Amino acid sequence: MARVMLFDSFLWRAALAGLGVALAAGPLGCFVVWRRMAYFGDATAHASLLGVALALASELPVMLGVTLTALAMAFGVSVASGRTYAADTMLGVASHGALAVGLVGVSLLAGIRVDLAGYLFGDILAVGRGDLGVIWLGAAAIAILLVWRWNRLLVATLNEDLAAAWGVNAGRERAMLTLALALLVAVALKVVGALLITAMLIVPAAAARPLARTPEAMAMLSAALGAMAAVGGLAFSWRLDTPTGPSIVVTAIVALVLSNAAAAFVDRRPVE
Amino acid sequence: MAEPARAVVAESAPLLEARGIGFRRGGMRILWDVDLVLHSGEIVTVVGPNGSGKTTLMRLLIGALKPDEGEIRRRPDLRIGYVPQKMTVDYTMPLTVSRFLRLGGGTTAAGARALERVGIPHLADRQLRALSGGQFQRVLLAQALTLRPDLLVLDEAAQGLDQPGVAQFYRLVEEIRAELGCGVLMVGHDLHVVMAASDRVICLNGHICCAGSPTVVSAAPEYRALFGYGTDGALALYRHEHDHAHAGAGHPAAEEA
Repeated sequence: MARVMLFDSFLWRAALAGLGVALAAGPLGCFVVWRRMAYFGDATAHASLLGVALALASELPVMLGVTLTALAMAFGVSVASGRTYAADTMLGVASHGALAVGLVGVSLLAGIRVDLAGYLFGDILAVGRGDLGVIWLGAAAIAILLVWRWNRLLVATLNEDLAAAWGVNAGRERAMLTLALALLVAVALKVVGALLITAMLIVPAAAARPLARTPEAMAMLSAALGAMAAVGGLAFSWRLDTPTGPSIVVTAIVALVLSNAAAAFVDRRPVE
Repeated sequence: MAEPARAVVAESAPLLEARGIGFRRGGMRILWDVDLVLHSGEIVTVVGPNGSGKTTLMRLLIGALKPDEGEIRRRPDLRIGYVPQKMTVDYTMPLTVSRFLRLGGGTTAAGARALERVGIPHLADRQLRALSGGQFQRVLLAQALTLRPDLLVLDEAAQGLDQPGVAQFYRLVEEIRAELGCGVLMVGHDLHVVMAASDRVICLNGHICCAGSPTVVSAAPEYRALFGYGTDGALALYRHEHDHAHAGAGHPAAEEA
């Protein structure tokens, strides 16, 4: 009986953590897809590893270090982008640079044992009560931000001049998304790890695209598909003893393939 | 963005007033010494060669860019309907026409009325991406109309329309001006049609070369220097718009901001 309870509680925590991340990442990921920010998301996510190293070195909470570094990277990249190099060159430098510097930094931490694989690929089964609280708090903050500014975010994404004519400050909305992205990175690090965070953003959103007719439908479908992938991936990693973060991403990719197949099937039927 | 009560303003208060505007980008002077005043009920057209700063001027006036010199005053609570020169809807974003029309804050009913007004009520449920060029331009105009604007800013709004479509489009703009009593500021490449529909024409080439009624501007030496004399110059085109179809009228609008 005690074993069952134990089994239950950490599996439940893992499932809830995955759900929290997926529900926030789904709608936010739509903006990443619409605005072609996948590489930007990668740079921000990779910066989290540097954040871990800095936090451990300065004995700050890891979560705080990760959030601050991700924020610094996200805003730094958006300010510098397009100045000297093409945006993707610069993002490539920032993304891989942050990863490399982070790996070097972590290795230099004398006397501290760091679960590197956990930070790179996530360690959802080790999510504690405190982690779970932080994950859901962060996810709720992202969801509230998106709902609150939804229309403005959409307008700014669609066309910045139209946004100006409608009194929407496109720059401010871009900053809001950057903030949300940094927050998501901090929240998702424990669940899927620095290397796979972007996948949680773009795969469910891309899977939702062929099935949606409006941005709202796409955001909700994306959240739902992400949630299914989180729970499904956890279940199959438990059965097959595979790493959980990658298993969640694999499940999401299966959803992507199925949704595209379904859309192609529907498209072939005569319309009207 | 619920419809705010319109401020009661004296007839004479301009919708928009720009004084001494200058704008540079990357060390290049794009606009200088531009003055422009626009009142309710008038149609003002900006013409000028490629790269003359027309689109930049529009973006400054709607507030998408900040001028480096001078100032732009807009009437408080000014509602702007805007048709951008370039707008692409990426495949990645699913968006129906009716949802697009609600983005500015208008109701579904207001969107439906606007679609009716531009003659495409049957397209409400279409995806934006599935529209033809001409249909898309109409949807953009409908979008600009949904909030019953005080000022309509149209940047090459007739692009992609065939010749009869262009003439019809500018007639529609005149009708809308009469219905809403709004001011209209537009950029156009279809010189003779655009100028025929205007109360005032501003000829721009970094600065304002000449301005005035269409007849005055098309006779001005500054204008002729920019657009040439052609067969009979644009004045003749303007006068005989119904029996001429000159090549210069429909050349493609390939212009960078």
